[in-house]
Amino acid sequence: MNFDYNEEQQLLADSVRRYLQKDYDFEARKKILATPAGWSERVWATFAEMGLTGLPLSPDYGGFGGGAVDLMSVMEAFGEALVVEPYLPTLLASLVISKSGDEKQKQSILPLVAEGKIRLALAMGERGVIGAPMADKVVLVRGKEAVIGKPTILKSYRTVDGLAAADIRLEKAEPLDGSAIEQVLDFGAALSCAEAVGAMKFACDTTLEYLKTRKQFGVPIGAFQALQHRMVDMFIAQEQARSMACLACSKVDSSENAADRARAVSAAKIKIADSARHISQESVQLHGGMGMSEELKVSHTFRRLTVLLRRFGDVDHHLARFASL
Amino acid sequence: MDLNYSPEELGFRDEVRSWLAANLPSELKDRGYLPKQDLMRWHRILAKQGWVAPAWPKEWGGTGWNVVQRYIFEEELGYAGAPPIIPFGVTMCAAVLLKFGSEAQKKRFLPRIYNGDDFWCQGYSEPGSGSDLASLKTKAIRNGEHYVVSGQKIWTTLAHYADWIFCLVRTDPTVEKRQEGISFLLIDMKTPGITVRPLILMDGGHSVNEVFLDDVKVPVENLVHQENQGWTVAKYLLGHERMNTGRIGESKRELQKLKQAFPEKLKGLRWRDRLTRVEVELMALEITNLRFLDRMRRTGQPPGADVSMLKIKGTEIQQALTELAMQAADPAAQETQALERRYLDMRKTTIYAGSNEIQRNIIAKMTLGL
Repeated sequence: MNFDYNEEQQLLADSVRRYLQKDYDFEARKKILATPAGWSERVWATFAEMGLTGLPLSPDYGGFGGGAVDLMSVMEAFGEALVVEPYLPTLLASLVISKSGDEKQKQSILPLVAEGKIRLALAMGERGVIGAPMADKVVLVRGKEAVIGKPTILKSYRTVDGLAAADIRLEKAEPLDGSAIEQVLDFGAALSCAEAVGAMKFACDTTLEYLKTRKQFGVPIGAFQALQHRMVDMFIAQEQARSMACLACSKVDSSENAADRARAVSAAKIKIADSARHISQESVQLHGGMGMSEELKVSHTFRRLTVLLRRFGDVDHHLARFASL
Repeated sequence: MDLNYSPEELGFRDEVRSWLAANLPSELKDRGYLPKQDLMRWHRILAKQGWVAPAWPKEWGGTGWNVVQRYIFEEELGYAGAPPIIPFGVTMCAAVLLKFGSEAQKKRFLPRIYNGDDFWCQGYSEPGSGSDLASLKTKAIRNGEHYVVSGQKIWTTLAHYADWIFCLVRTDPTVEKRQEGISFLLIDMKTPGITVRPLILMDGGHSVNEVFLDDVKVPVENLVHQENQGWTVAKYLLGHERMNTGRIGESKRELQKLKQAFPEKLKGLRWRDRLTRVEVELMALEITNLRFLDRMRRTGQPPGADVSMLKIKGTEIQQALTELAMQAADPAAQETQALERRYLDMRKTTIYAGSNEIQRNIIAKMTLGL
């Protein structure tokens, strides 16, 4: 039992965080969102240079063979910075290919992913596919089966938290073995938990800062016990959520049986959905009118959490799955 | 990062588990209020095995286990339905003596605590001093080789079993800063002038008392640390107390019993979902607790103020479980009364050992800097 990141994980976490702080602050992100495409090729190229795009892939295809724990701190940093580039969609689709594709598919796609030359998306249906507008190929899950192909974009739009998404059609799709889908989705759910923890950390940090600086009645509003206790409950919810993200990522990497893994992931999704809702709502409430404002990052974090907590199965789905295991 | 127990840790857990299976008398399992002789019987079984005070230094009888092993041990005790190790002697008084006591005090009291010869209770709260503990008024006036102690303590758990009480008393009423006039005294409950009166709580049980002290003569050698330095001792003890209030093993057992007792209710989604949410909270609490322990193991530092969250979440979970049990049972059935009494009894958990509101104050101030 240990909660340490190893040296490599720590170095990666530090360098990702440094990069995002320097080149992906709130203003930089706003500029990216204002472009027609809504994502930055330059940022993507940097992710590739840092080895992020190939992180979970086998070294045979230019990757580093990383697991969920290796990716945890990256996703946390992405959550804090509210990254809009289609990282998780690319990652998950590439994992399906690497687990289920034939050698030709792997050879033709995975090295390009690792090098940052192409992006992918993972679709659970043909509507509302996050990352599809910029994806060269889409892995489409149909029940227990999956296919891969180049998407035709029917309608392109942004999600409420600023991600590029589309309704698509896949023509001339090739079949993929679908046996690894559930495992990959659990992997994605665990990483989305880590991403949510990063976003929750920002929401808590910035709210705490606001309580210390915003003055009313001649004192910082954080002097009021009614607000102090609410801030403490946010802090506790964040710590509890972080614990569950650790559990989910660790079990995704180490569990030998699928039920054990699914149980941890569903439990994490339940806890993180509840915490994300609680923290996002309270962070806006404690900011008062400013919390509603487009100008403040916290309102964008609110939007990201609102979407994140329902991805990879909402809380009802995971309550049912947890109880069935 | 690996949240699975190592093979060594699993081996240790199995050792504790099988020892408990062989040595925990079934008549002591899952009991609410235990008579003193039952509590002490279990204490002595553990003492004989050498496991009654794992956290103590080895020279005084500690096991030398690391924090994770200690956690596993406590969890297994709770999960097996073992009686509690009453904390006032083994955990609290001993922690104080080990940190602040003189050699003579350690030699005099620690072995007797270990062997279960002395039963201790804690004299902190007073009728006018609950959350605002530093306002306490019980006074101790130095008279030659004695302090003469007068005042009243309240909510004193198991004072009716106790041979000794450790007390916070006011030795200097003149100082402006109230915390600076308090001392930490050890008082023999057989001393003339001490009266213990039961306080029956709403579940009908007798576990707490009022303790009246009327010109009680206490030898000065029973002062721990220095005169007027008792608040330092009390604060040190608070940190210790909070680290052990999660009751995770016990809650795991309650949860499992609940699932077994009400299989029909589990088919209904509303109750099932409420139960699942509590189960998930408990999983999160366990990992959070382990993260704190891991931090202590890595840094060698005592727990920070943020461990208060373990007390808050642990007690909320304990209460939620009793509520779920009561909601599942027939409200008119006689068997339900035991569940109802437990529900009533567990309301105390968010009040005692520093109410959950005080715990939130502590986190707000010490951890968040508000």
